[in-house]
Amino acid sequence: MSAHLPILQVVVPLLAAPLCLFLKRGRVAWGLAVLASWAALAIALALLGQVMQEGVLSYAIGDWLPPIGIEYRVDIVNAWVLVIVSGIGAVVSPYAMTSVEREVEAERIPLFYAAYLLCLCGLLGITITGDVFNVFVFLEISSLSAYALIALGRHRRALTSAFRYLIMGSVGATFIVIGIGLLYVMTGSLNMADLAQLLPEVWDSRTVKVAYGFLTVGFCLKLALFPLHLWLPNAYTFAPSAVTAFMASTATKVAVYMLLRFFLTIFGAPFSFDVMALDRVLLPLALVAIASMSLVAIFQVNVKRLLAYSSVAQIGYMILGVSFATVTGLTATLLHLFNHALMKGALFMAMGCVMYRIGSVHISAMAGLGRRMPWTMAAFVAGGLSLVGVPLTVGFVSKWYLILGALERGWWPVAILVLLTSLLALVYIWRVVEAAYFRDFPGDEATREAPWTLLGPTWALVALNLYFGIDAGRTVGIARQAAEVLMAGISP
Amino acid sequence: MSLDLLVSHYNYWVVIFLMMVGFYILISRGNLIKKIVGLNVFQTSVFMLYISMGKVSGGTPPILLPGEEGVLYSNPLPHVLILTAIVVGIATTSVGLALAVRIKEAYGTIEEDEINAIDARTEAAE
Repeated sequence: MSAHLPILQVVVPLLAAPLCLFLKRGRVAWGLAVLASWAALAIALALLGQVMQEGVLSYAIGDWLPPIGIEYRVDIVNAWVLVIVSGIGAVVSPYAMTSVEREVEAERIPLFYAAYLLCLCGLLGITITGDVFNVFVFLEISSLSAYALIALGRHRRALTSAFRYLIMGSVGATFIVIGIGLLYVMTGSLNMADLAQLLPEVWDSRTVKVAYGFLTVGFCLKLALFPLHLWLPNAYTFAPSAVTAFMASTATKVAVYMLLRFFLTIFGAPFSFDVMALDRVLLPLALVAIASMSLVAIFQVNVKRLLAYSSVAQIGYMILGVSFATVTGLTATLLHLFNHALMKGALFMAMGCVMYRIGSVHISAMAGLGRRMPWTMAAFVAGGLSLVGVPLTVGFVSKWYLILGALERGWWPVAILVLLTSLLALVYIWRVVEAAYFRDFPGDEATREAPWTLLGPTWALVALNLYFGIDAGRTVGIARQAAEVLMAGISP
Repeated sequence: MSLDLLVSHYNYWVVIFLMMVGFYILISRGNLIKKIVGLNVFQTSVFMLYISMGKVSGGTPPILLPGEEGVLYSNPLPHVLILTAIVVGIATTSVGLALAVRIKEAYGTIEEDEINAIDARTEAAE
């Protein structure tokens, strides 16, 4: 049984998804989705434990040995990302019941859970596979279900944002497939470990460099790096709350993982940083993303859109860590993958609670809500403090390692910029806090606290924010180990 | 660049031409259906790239017949890969068209500039 964990990781949600379609009642489909996502989390945790004890796991699908067959390869890097993705999936799925019943039409609820599980399956598949074409297949599984999930939003603009995401996402995926094709032309292999061995011989060829270029643009579209982020703000704003919480904490993180896996494991750090100068390409983009998107976030009136722009800025922090081209920088990136998933998950789930009670997430509509919905707004404040990077929250740990990485390279202006943009985060979080706590509540006297089915998962994430902010030893240890694996390249 | 290079790599020129045509339609047209058609042409160019690169000069179709060993075959793997990508392309097109239908129902138009104008008006009214 434990030998087959890598394939079960993908197959459990993949098989549960069509079953949801046959279940006519929303609650039953929800139960199945919760079971499947919890099973996925249990498998991911078991895999992480196994990898930490025994090293790299290789699973040959259908006993077709790599490099001919498709290999699932789990090392500390993707075991870590698997835990992030399945963990968020496991927290959001119980939350989805109440939230989705309010925001999605009843007859579409089983379809919602089918798409949700497919999206989870796709994201887990991208992460676990050791075959580059398999990455593309899972990428499309997750993206297509994501378009459908976003289009389920109440507002009609959910449809146009899903359409825009579909166009930009498909272009990104096609660029990735062109890159993979060119790699195949040069090496005749699709297996990641095999490609890593074969590529150094053909480094000089222009085809490999062109493949690198196509892959860079494709990944940057998928991970919404400035200026390729245009699909993200509207998609996050108009999607149902549960979808936003799930997507914001997983989809872009998996795209960052893809970038790391392709550019550091397959091409190798020497090729990426010395030949292609990836660090010098990413650094200015990351800095502009952080500064400009934090500023744009300050002027938003819709809190979901505010958090979406903040997400683009936070992706900038992750890419900034990559551009340091050091183990400390990558540690910061991998830590922020986990930490940002925790904080943005909590923040978007708190917004889902607000949406459930007052039907709007405009700052003006949230006046005085701190007294009406104390637990919801307290969760928002805790998540917000984490986003700013206040000590004792996970945000502080990420910022600490980012600044450490910047100072290690001697880039003190970058370190100062990280500190200054944290203050910008404080400004946009404060605008919401100011409205919620320092203004009078004009609305309906009957407005009550959100139900515990929504608050429970939200506070579970808030608790994790605080726990891993205080006891960061374990997460930092894993992230550092993963960063060392990435920098060292694949072991022959 | 010699004529020889142009002729011997003609499949790549076809691919690049189709890719640019598709990409141009995708960017320049405001009609959502035309955008999807552009996306389709764009994706088709990648199918062509994969299919043509599997061809081995002088190779036969990769079917193993008894008594015919040592025959030169074309590489079937890119063809199989692109079969998957074609299925993905169909799925993308159908999701895109389904969205276009629902956008038409919700807005009464599938022209991007008109949709933007309606959105701007409703946002101003809110």
